[in-house]
Amino acid sequence: MLPLFWLRVALCLYGVGLIYALASLWGGRRVLTRITLPAVGLGTVFHFVSLVENAMFSGTWAPTSMHGLESLLAFVLMMFFFVIYARFGATSPGLAVFPLVFWLTFSASSYAEPTEPSAPIFVSVQWIYIHVALIFIGYSALFFSFVASILYLIQERNLKSKTGISSFWSRLPALATIDEIGFKCLIWGFPFMTLGLIAGSILAEARYGTRYFADPKILLSGLMWVVYMVLLYTRWSAGWRGRRAAYLATFAFGAAMLAWAANNFSQMHRFIAP
Amino acid sequence: MNFHLIGVNHNSAPLEVRERLAVSEAQLPDAIRSLVQQPGVDEGIVLSTCNRVEVLTSTKQSADLRGFLGSYFGVSPAALNSHIYEFEQREAIRHVFRVASSLDSMVVGESQILGQVKEAYAIARGLGAVHSALEALLSRAFAVAKRVRTETAIGSSSVSVASVAVQLAEKIFGSLENRTVYLIGAGKMAELAARHLIAHGAKNIIVSNRTYARAEELAESFGGRPVPFEQMYETADHADIILTSTGAAEPIFRREHGERLRKGRRNRPMFFIDIAVPRNVHPDVNKLDGMFVYDVDDLQSVATDNASERKKEAERAEKIIELEVDRFTSRMKSLAVVPTILSLQEYCETIRQAEVDRIRGRLGTITPEQEAAIEAMTRGIINKLLHTPITTLKSSTDHPEAATIHEMIRRLFNLNTGKPKE
Repeated sequence: MLPLFWLRVALCLYGVGLIYALASLWGGRRVLTRITLPAVGLGTVFHFVSLVENAMFSGTWAPTSMHGLESLLAFVLMMFFFVIYARFGATSPGLAVFPLVFWLTFSASSYAEPTEPSAPIFVSVQWIYIHVALIFIGYSALFFSFVASILYLIQERNLKSKTGISSFWSRLPALATIDEIGFKCLIWGFPFMTLGLIAGSILAEARYGTRYFADPKILLSGLMWVVYMVLLYTRWSAGWRGRRAAYLATFAFGAAMLAWAANNFSQMHRFIAP
Repeated sequence: MNFHLIGVNHNSAPLEVRERLAVSEAQLPDAIRSLVQQPGVDEGIVLSTCNRVEVLTSTKQSADLRGFLGSYFGVSPAALNSHIYEFEQREAIRHVFRVASSLDSMVVGESQILGQVKEAYAIARGLGAVHSALEALLSRAFAVAKRVRTETAIGSSSVSVASVAVQLAEKIFGSLENRTVYLIGAGKMAELAARHLIAHGAKNIIVSNRTYARAEELAESFGGRPVPFEQMYETADHADIILTSTGAAEPIFRREHGERLRKGRRNRPMFFIDIAVPRNVHPDVNKLDGMFVYDVDDLQSVATDNASERKKEAERAEKIIELEVDRFTSRMKSLAVVPTILSLQEYCETIRQAEVDRIRGRLGTITPEQEAAIEAMTRGIINKLLHTPITTLKSSTDHPEAATIHEMIRRLFNLNTGKPKE
């Protein structure tokens, strides 16, 4: 049994964020803005408490179950949200981040998986943790960049349609700000993603040898990494923005989702301590 | 304590009248000093902007503010009377809140007025002309103005063509800091829009015009750079914002120009403000990624939309103000009974002390426990006796007979003369 109390408290607070995101689509955003940030902030704090408690309970920082990973990813996403908020004062990414975080936390807190004693650990647990943390930061960066490119499209269409500055979407940050958020996330995420993949490969090679490299998980991860690099390169050298950048970001994010989903059919890579 | 306000504004008085009453900044301290020397005036502040002149006071007894205005400015009261508005108490509070929140402004929601009120407040406060009741009123007014600004969208949209252009540019570029503005054509209207953009941080100005001399002249006045008209296309990709106002009969920027510019700018966004009629920029350019084209009609329609949106927001703001006026008046009323409560307690405490001292002499030596018991008992009696008068005072502040009750209690306990009778 994993202690889930604090995670559920965090879930309730993230619920406010979810309501905010949904209400935004109906235009009733003003009132919620004031309570949402404190609520999800507090949620993140409780989330952290639950992560610490979990680590103490299972005696390791490395997540030991699928739900533990979901919880960690949700936490990293929230941290990203607050870093971006602190830097750019933008709350709009919350429209996409809050529902995702809510969903991840909901799944993580729905029931406690038994922590089955799995295969004996022969690589150090720290390595797994480093691999997971790096990859998750990379995933989060990619997700934020994806959200930013969607928001960019919306804002661009909004400005082109000339419907006035009073419409709902006009509350989005300025085009240049959204662009900067997207680009900064890409740049900062890339080294994490790369190092995370390298760490993963080292781990896998130590355990399975070279046959690991034919696994769908690593093929999809490789694909994702290549798309990520193309995205970064076109943005950097040709200044791709708007529609084309959004297509690429969607593609990269889709590849990341596939790589994540590959855990379900990969022979070797499961979200369980090896 | 009474609030008393008189003034003229853009609605009540024509410019000729406002001019005669206007107080320059240098003159302001003098005006405030003579105001607080008026009989009956306890505190005072003078606000003078191009749209209004107002005198706000807190008075102990009635004061002749119209007389003050007339004599200070040497204007006959008869000439003023039809232009002046005058508010007292609740009405005055509401007016101050509305002015600070920019609901009484010519352009509702403009943000300058709050700064002007704050400036006037700082000057009056520095002179000691604002200290208690006006201090409370004005600091509340600033809080209300802030609340209106955050809870309504009253100041968030622009209502003039030039400011809409600036707002759109900020929606695209974030800040205009260090952005390059390219003026093509050098008409009056373009000049005005350019000044607006510069005021918001745009740094590099390039001017191109068929008549090169005019381009030079204008560039010089902006501290910018003139470019011969023939080199216009080659240099246009330096610009983040292009402001066109030439008399060309055909668009000078068409889709193919837009595509070339986009390449030259490596896909960075570009904003065309086209105030020429007929248009200088073909609408197709707006269809290109990262290119935004607004012509005069687009800007005007955004401005009109914003104006009607602003009207709606103003109605919401009025509701907030009504609530705040209620809250402030009831707080002022409850503050008014505080001195009475204090002197009532003091009065009873003096009696209690005297009686305890007297009885102690007769009791001889007593143990500390006994002394404590006497203290506790006498205090208990006083507190129980005072409980009802004090709660009545506190709870009756909104009662229509509040003043009578207040006065009655003062008289019953003889608080008006000061010393309790022995």
